[in-house]
Amino acid sequence: MTYKRNNARTVDLKSIVQKKLEEMGARFCTEINRGMFPTVRMKSRSTDNIFYSQKHRQYILGDRTVTRSSRNIAHLRPFTQMVWTAYFVHELLRQKKTSTLRDVYYSAQAYDIFFKDQSESDNIITDLETAIEHSRESFNVFPEERSAVFGDLTIQYTVPGYENRRMNLSSHPDGVMIGPALTDARFIETSADKVIVIEKGAMFTRFVEERVYEKFNAILIYTAGQAPRSTRYFIRRLNRELDLPVYIFSDADPWGMHIAMVIISGSANAAHLRELTTPDAKWAGVWASDIIDYKLPSEKLNERDLKRLKELKVDPRYNDDLWQKQIDIFMKLKKKCELEAFSRYGLTHIVDRYLPERLKELGA
Amino acid sequence: MAILYGQITTNKPVTAISSTGNSRIVEYRLMIDIEKNRPIILDRRIHANFRARSKRWRGTVVEIHLRGSYAQAMPKVLEYLKQTAMVNPYANIIFVDPRGRLYKFDRTVEKMPPPPKEINPHPYGVDVETIQRIIRATKERDMLGFMRRHFHRVGEKTARDFLKKAGIPKDTNPKSLRPEEIVNLVKKMREYEGFLPPEADCLSPLGEDLLRAGVMKELEPEFVAVHQRKPSAYSGHPFIVEVAIAYGGKVPAKDDILLYRFANRIPLVYDESGDVCWKIVRSINWRRYNVSPSMPFAVIIHVCSTKIPYKTLGKEILADQPEVSREIINGIREVARQLARYISRKERVRRQVRRLTVFSRYLPKIAQFSAELAGREKPPDISKLYKRRQVFKDFVTSDDYVDSEVFDSRLYNVVLVHIKNKHEENPAVVKVLGLKGSRWEILIPESALTSGSEIYETLKGKYEAIKVQAKSLKPNMESLLDAYVDGISE
Repeated sequence: MTYKRNNARTVDLKSIVQKKLEEMGARFCTEINRGMFPTVRMKSRSTDNIFYSQKHRQYILGDRTVTRSSRNIAHLRPFTQMVWTAYFVHELLRQKKTSTLRDVYYSAQAYDIFFKDQSESDNIITDLETAIEHSRESFNVFPEERSAVFGDLTIQYTVPGYENRRMNLSSHPDGVMIGPALTDARFIETSADKVIVIEKGAMFTRFVEERVYEKFNAILIYTAGQAPRSTRYFIRRLNRELDLPVYIFSDADPWGMHIAMVIISGSANAAHLRELTTPDAKWAGVWASDIIDYKLPSEKLNERDLKRLKELKVDPRYNDDLWQKQIDIFMKLKKKCELEAFSRYGLTHIVDRYLPERLKELGA
Repeated sequence: MAILYGQITTNKPVTAISSTGNSRIVEYRLMIDIEKNRPIILDRRIHANFRARSKRWRGTVVEIHLRGSYAQAMPKVLEYLKQTAMVNPYANIIFVDPRGRLYKFDRTVEKMPPPPKEINPHPYGVDVETIQRIIRATKERDMLGFMRRHFHRVGEKTARDFLKKAGIPKDTNPKSLRPEEIVNLVKKMREYEGFLPPEADCLSPLGEDLLRAGVMKELEPEFVAVHQRKPSAYSGHPFIVEVAIAYGGKVPAKDDILLYRFANRIPLVYDESGDVCWKIVRSINWRRYNVSPSMPFAVIIHVCSTKIPYKTLGKEILADQPEVSREIINGIREVARQLARYISRKERVRRQVRRLTVFSRYLPKIAQFSAELAGREKPPDISKLYKRRQVFKDFVTSDDYVDSEVFDSRLYNVVLVHIKNKHEENPAVVKVLGLKGSRWEILIPESALTSGSEIYETLKGKYEAIKVQAKSLKPNMESLLDAYVDGISE
């Protein structure tokens, strides 16, 4: 078994973000002292400024910018909210603490900063991401949803109280939760040569039970439906830092396809960020063609499914032979099936037959 | 009308007592001969008034008895009195109702409008019946004298010209005119274009000041605009239209516009929807004046004329007499424009106050968190962007003007003054001054500030400094003031 060590130079993202925030505060102080109303310029996130970039293989923001000024009465409230948010996350970074979107929303009240609902505070956090051009995970605001990872990967914690402590991610059979501590951990070494991402919890457990990590030399990741941003960031790191190819398994329907696509090319909502995609990841199934090829039990596509397929058909992220072909087959078959459908042929059928065939087909 | 109604429901006479302040007081008891439309005098007494001129009683007492259902009529009766008080603000009205309840409408002014002058009929406005009556009574021997003596605004020259154009010999004896000649005379009078329009001094309008006082007293609005149109005439009848708009304060907000109609200072309280005033008020595009019918405002229309163009015998609703309607429309437009200006000014101030509130709330926080973010101990000084200063704090006024603290306004483009009278009853007088060069210029002229009221004003122009001056409105009646000056640099 060959071990791969992480040689990638890990840039200390957190200290870059911390510095950017401090610079912003210092600039505002200077402007106010000079009798100028402070302003923030950021890229516009309106839909007419979101473009698909072939080069980055994700949605990006165009050149149009918006200026938020404390001179403008309509901007003053969101401006103040953003300055407070910058202050708050800077404190998180300084004290090495983490928070969630909901937590930030409630914390504001202690500072006499008022958000009328959580969507307002979520928006301000997105503004801050856009303004400093880093994701909220980089300033320690993590998603509520948690997914899990299992496999032979040794990590080293950086969070307070666990500094330099190491752990192997195969030490717990339910997998290890991808939370703030794991997101910020350093990757030390792994024997794995690939990453397998699974949408469904039942299949993830089956894969662990059937020792897929051993048989296929893989790190397993469970996304719990649409992958949370920290999980997307984690997958990207595995791919970038350890140079591991990524294979994604999701349900054979437009929604499953899109779970894979968001991991690969991101979402339009995160067009202002570049740290959340894994363009080289591959959608490994379940494909529409598998429903015929493997004679899988299936259900009829409903109106909503068909409407969604039509949208995906013209989505620039799906402009690729494999995706287009599978969309066409879905539309012709008008059928869908879930990952669990393989259980019709016995519990191990998916691992014994489907998985090796598919990985071979994809050249893994 | 009231006397007639009293007589037909109770068959009791009316008693009238009157004196003009001379040595006699006259008392009559009368009934009406309905068939002949003449009085039947039951009793007539002369009482001696006081000898001393200053003690003499003057006035008129009319006593009538009538039967009616007060339970049913009560709202209209009270409404009628309230509206009467509105157009007679110089009158004290006391009403004890059949249930023994006392209603008082106190006067707020001492002045009365000038009494009307008696005039002859205008040639455009007479009919055959009137001419016949005049001919019966006249002492004139020829048409020239007849025209000159008995008609309004007809002089020697006009009379000659008219008779010539009408083909009536000027030395004709009026008493010799045959009925068909009288009909012809009336017709020619209508056709002749040379008569001067009637004069309005025979009318008794309220005048803008009294109308304003009446509306203020009975409706207690936040704002009132009044307007008196120039005298005009229709068919030889002079008329004057007076219009007011009351807004806010205690004016109730209804689903529809509140309309008060008056004819010769008499409230018209029935059949509102049939009245031309109602039609006119409804036809106006109120949105053009920043108001919607659901806002608390009332329109007051007073038509004053020698002949009110009533639509019906009930004398409750006005007909659509084009000349009168035009004056009503123009009058309403004028006061509506004033209201629109008031509302938009108020809205501007409200916006400005909101702006300032937002600045004063958020800028200190931006400064505070920016400083903490940058790791600085002291937040930056926001006073170059926005400053609020209290220039009078619990200031007790005296009989002479006293200066407030001075606000340095050099840095700011927008300066707003806010003065509030906190005293429970006493009014104050304030003014606001701005320093230009070495001279203090008056920015807000002397204004009375009643108890509990406030001034919010955005100051125009660029000044180096701003100060407020205040004193008591009346000697030895000190009031209590707070004043703030806000500045924003933009």
